Amino acid sequence: MVCLGIPARILSIEGELADVEIGGAVRKANIQLVPDAKIGEYVLLHAGFAIQKLDEADALETLKLLEELYEVR
Amino acid sequence: MKFVDEFQDPRLVKGLLKEIDALASRNTTFMEVCGTHTMALFRYGLRAMLPKLVKIISGPGCPVCVTPMNILDAAIEAVHKKGVILVTFGDMMRVPGSMSSLEAERALGSDVRVVYSGLDSLGIAERNPDKKVIFLGVGFETTSPSIACTVLEAARRGIDNFKLIAAHKLIPPAMKALLEAGEVKLDGFICPGHVSAIIGSEPYEFIPKKYGIPCVISGFEPVDILQSVLLLLRQIVDCVSRVEIQYSRSVKSDGNPIAKRYISEVFKISDSDWRGLGRIPASGLVLRERFEGYDALRDLDIELKESVEPPDCMCGEILRGVRSPSECGLFGSSCTPERPVGPCMVSSEGTCAAYYRYARH
Amino acid sequence: MAPEERILLAHGAGGKLTRQFVEQDILTRFRSLILGRLDDGAVLTLGDMRLAYSTDSFVVDPLFFRGGDIGKLAINGTVNDIAMCGAIPMYLTSSLIMEEGFPLADLRRILNSMQDASAEANVEIVAGDTKVVSAGSVDKIFINTSGLGIVEKEVSGSNAKVGDKIIINGFIGDHGVAILSEREGLDLKVPVSSDCAPLNGLVSSVLSATKCVHVMRDPTRGGLATTLNEIAIQSGIGIRIDEVAIPVRDSVRGACEMLGLDPLYIANEGKVVIFVSPDDASRVLDAMRAHKYGADAQLIGEVVTEPKGTVLMRTRIGGERIVDMLVGEQLPRIC
Repeated sequence: MVCLGIPARILSIEGELADVEIGGAVRKANIQLVPDAKIGEYVLLHAGFAIQKLDEADALETLKLLEELYEVR
Repeated sequence: MKFVDEFQDPRLVKGLLKEIDALASRNTTFMEVCGTHTMALFRYGLRAMLPKLVKIISGPGCPVCVTPMNILDAAIEAVHKKGVILVTFGDMMRVPGSMSSLEAERALGSDVRVVYSGLDSLGIAERNPDKKVIFLGVGFETTSPSIACTVLEAARRGIDNFKLIAAHKLIPPAMKALLEAGEVKLDGFICPGHVSAIIGSEPYEFIPKKYGIPCVISGFEPVDILQSVLLLLRQIVDCVSRVEIQYSRSVKSDGNPIAKRYISEVFKISDSDWRGLGRIPASGLVLRERFEGYDALRDLDIELKESVEPPDCMCGEILRGVRSPSECGLFGSSCTPERPVGPCMVSSEGTCAAYYRYARH
Repeated sequence: MAPEERILLAHGAGGKLTRQFVEQDILTRFRSLILGRLDDGAVLTLGDMRLAYSTDSFVVDPLFFRGGDIGKLAINGTVNDIAMCGAIPMYLTSSLIMEEGFPLADLRRILNSMQDASAEANVEIVAGDTKVVSAGSVDKIFINTSGLGIVEKEVSGSNAKVGDKIIINGFIGDHGVAILSEREGLDLKVPVSSDCAPLNGLVSSVLSATKCVHVMRDPTRGGLATTLNEIAIQSGIGIRIDEVAIPVRDSVRGACEMLGLDPLYIANEGKVVIFVSPDDASRVLDAMRAHKYGADAQLIGEVVTEPKGTVLMRTRIGGERIVDMLVGEQLPRIC
């Protein structure tokens, strides 16, 4: 549990706190560590804090590369 | 779930395994140093899917497991004091101290509470102004920034009845200690993804430079882990060693500079005692002088006693990757998840717990 | 007193410690072959009738939640225990233990729920008791219900046969997550309601569809994983399930990820797992899907010879791992 970090999407921001959701479940997360995170972006959620932003473009590119490599469409 | 499901695609898993099979040509041992990696390998059944030539062993990646017993005993001593509420993450509840555990102490009437976030302890402190709220701070670099923020928040809000047992540790110095000890021959490191999201890739550079061992910073989904294994094998085949980031969607080479600044504002680095590894230089965090008022052990006048490991418990060797759980005489007999002897069996990320729960057949 | 000599929350969690406690302290003292079977309820012979008899206590916190309340739980919980014995539930008792100061308005709301639930389940509350203790001696209200029914078809946790197919009637984890989302201080908003429901109607339609049902059990405390392990141990067989086949709502998965929980271990209050001969599996699935409480029924696994007493799961990536019984306490006061 202490290393757990899951991608959660920012729904709204109020000061230091953001409402983030995973699959429809919503919790508050403190975004002090990623102050430039925007609504709609994904962050890594860990122990009530967003610890890093998720680079969506990078994720999609990695997947695309792997899919092409292994001929998965 | 987005950015999770795609990295669990069985077709990508199959493709990666095929390539790993083709590339693995001799006995190779990789070490992971993150409890979540330990769990992920078992949870998805990945270990059994890898070729026999590729072995992945667990290192000291479970922060609960490497926290010495004396910290747990100190937390128990703290909660015995009048007017103390002990607040902790759930993982520490069932870990056996020398005489008791936090779960047992709660059953005996002590005020021990589980929180999901360090900030929750501030709320408890504000609602209980006549009590002292002690937060047991255990974890690696993934968690220490949020605890630093909690301390700063306490200072900002003037919450003086909040105290911290600062027991956070740093992973790269432990990796160095393992390499210096040279007990296990390693062909590569699977580096922890979320620790690295904070610290970046630079702190691992000494490993390829000084020891010639490849490092890949890995995510936690099956595709991540397998791709990392593949990248390590490729480095070996190409006779190179460097630090690579597989988990590029979360890890940048400089990590999270803001988080790193918060850590260094509140904490300074000091030598630290690790269960199973002894004293490792510059491997732990202590509160800076400015924040010493939040030091729980100082405030409650609690001295750390010497940790005495339970006899026959092999947690130390298991944490160093020297032995596997099945080699411990207590495993599965006198040491089980219901009645654990050492932390490796009770922690949700402990190697023994993972082995017992997921693969004991 | 040494820490091991106290009751821990984990003793009530429905997992390993509960089981150990029952085996070491209860069975050794309450000597009964019937009790020793450790089924959901006791199946007895009275005259020429085969009856099912069971009891359950309800301590859920909070009292009122999305999808129900302690009253609805108390009725359906016992109705389901009787139904799991292959019996038609008919009569219930209800005992209330309340602390002084508990609002009458809340009590009336709960009693109304109990009447509604009884009507839906077609059972009659025929006896009961009311106790009031000083404020703080119980937390608001605790309810115990017991139930009596007539056996339609003999089933037991020890009757699973190799080759049996395992079917569940819908999504797991809803109840536990719904409760959690209503707990103060957890700050979790999940658009999911408790699945609390009477299963006797669903069970009856399954038993009408086939004579070859061997085991029925409702996965409450300890979740699906614990229930399957219990059956594997009782029947001395192995169980193989398929992770991808187990229905879990995205929001439940998301909530579990956020809290570090596993849906397999979360309590359900409207779910039943059915072990049935392979030839009748699709007939049972059809019967379930035609029923209000079985619309999302899925085939999730089967019974195998080895490894005995163990549940193995094929992971979503095609690997394999053990699914253990619950250790420790996942969520206190969930039902």
